[in-house]
Amino acid sequence: MKAQTNRLNPQPNEGAEETSPYIIELRQISHIYNEDSVFEKRAIDNVSLKIKAGEMVALIGHTGSGKSTLIQHLNALLKPSSGMVLINGKDIHTDKAKLKSIRQRVGLVFQYPEHQLFEAEVFKDVAFGPNQMGLTEEEVNTRVKSALEVVGLDESCYHKSPFELSGGQKRRAAIAGVLAMRPEILILDEPTAGLDPRGRDEILSQIKHMHTKLGLTIILVSHSMDDAARLTDRILVMNKGCIICDGTPIEVFAQGEMLKNIGLDVPQISSLMTCLHEKNSNLPTGIFSVEAAADAIMKLVRP
Amino acid sequence: MILGEKLTFEYAAYDETPPVLTLKGVDITVKAGEFIAILGHNGSGKSTLAKHLNALLVPAEGTLWIKGADTKDAENTWRIRQTVGMVFQNPDNQIIATIVEEDVAFGPENLGVKPTEIRKRVDESLAAVGMSEHSLAPPHHLSGGQKQRVAIAGVLAMHPECIVLDEPTAMLDPSGRREVMETITKLNRESGMTVILITHFMEEAAQADRILVMDDGVLVMNDIPRNIFRQAEAMQKLGLGVPGVTELAHELRRRGLDVADDVLTIEEFMSDKAIKSLL
Repeated sequence: MKAQTNRLNPQPNEGAEETSPYIIELRQISHIYNEDSVFEKRAIDNVSLKIKAGEMVALIGHTGSGKSTLIQHLNALLKPSSGMVLINGKDIHTDKAKLKSIRQRVGLVFQYPEHQLFEAEVFKDVAFGPNQMGLTEEEVNTRVKSALEVVGLDESCYHKSPFELSGGQKRRAAIAGVLAMRPEILILDEPTAGLDPRGRDEILSQIKHMHTKLGLTIILVSHSMDDAARLTDRILVMNKGCIICDGTPIEVFAQGEMLKNIGLDVPQISSLMTCLHEKNSNLPTGIFSVEAAADAIMKLVRP
Repeated sequence: MILGEKLTFEYAAYDETPPVLTLKGVDITVKAGEFIAILGHNGSGKSTLAKHLNALLVPAEGTLWIKGADTKDAENTWRIRQTVGMVFQNPDNQIIATIVEEDVAFGPENLGVKPTEIRKRVDESLAAVGMSEHSLAPPHHLSGGQKQRVAIAGVLAMHPECIVLDEPTAMLDPSGRREVMETITKLNRESGMTVILITHFMEEAAQADRILVMDDGVLVMNDIPRNIFRQAEAMQKLGLGVPGVTELAHELRRRGLDVADDVLTIEEFMSDKAIKSLL
């Protein structure tokens, strides 16, 4: 009975005897697929990482660099081959019964989440998660409504079939399904892949909104350097299972050559500013938005 | 090569919902050897148009000719599909064999090509996309960009004259995107392949000879990239954008600096007169 009460009202610090300033902490985790076979592959190699509550972090890396494997450790879909995963200062693998509550607290939105929509109506689809949590109907309805409001889908969408929505709307409905479980940590794997520029802008501004309004800790997995630079103030770069760079966008994009060598890129404006800087050292580097670049160039015109 | 007049297409109605008109009288012409990019927001009708080009869909009204063959005539279907090859967004959905070269051989095999000729075509196609050294690899060991190049090789092995790519880079990381774009431009420039590229990435579209912009089933713009991206505001209204450097050039113009309004690349930006005078 007690366990159920906990599930009904998950407290932010539920069960955290030792309070930790970090909502997520990875201590030297490694993950080896197909261990002891010829296909053995070390996907995560001794990664340590600390993320504070309320942070918004981008995780970038080329396909196969270990990003997806890493994030699946955060809600216990994968268990590290060695090392510890701590959520709110607590090792999540000490007590098997707690895994369910971990998965509610750490919401994972997969790539192309709209492929996972399956109900006949948007409202029902979003309600699926909270329904499984054993909440009252009233509570489920409240949660669904507020989740759909956060992602910007109004009442006119409630009883539509997911197939009647646009690509961007479908994706937002899928994100609402995860939000309705009221996670503290939200992990989004490539949330803008395959969307047109307007769809991309919509999703990104909703994510920003979730971060500021709901105070969620957000991890954004992305191939898009522009998205990472626009939204976050901390970027983690993964390569061959290791985090090889952890810093502000300015620090990370300053290493354009290194990023290119590991199959990544820098925002186009950032490369441009580097070229301009080589010609005229009065122009600063470490700029990746159009506005900031225009400001810097206009300063030369009218100092 | 391709000539379409007043193409109209509607997806069939179900229940009480009205039929969805996705193409509303589109005129299109593509010359042999051209590299065309099609832009448009999700749901603007780009993919529907693309599927008409190899007769996966046929127009409800209007006529589309591929090298003079009417796509509505079922007798032409086979010939049209050999002339126009298609590559889709997700490489995993297009690869069917367990070994790269077998996958590439699938197309010509089904065309009834002789085994010795198939061997030749497979080798040539894999070389054209730079995947020869992986010819015996299982596809699931390849990166996204490599898989997409195998999918392109599979189409090339059927010896098409035109290749239509529907968002081929949407699922790829930056290096994968670079690989695929280099392959596409090389095919066009060196082998004279007619290329039709559907994309959401403005920097990719900027590399084409001509851009078609679709909005709500209508072809609203049809011009060279320079003239398309000069209309930054109109593009934004259509839910699209312009390449980052072009946007910066427009922002600088708004602030009174006389930068050309049609720069498309970093090189062009660097060699602009107004910018040069500052360096």
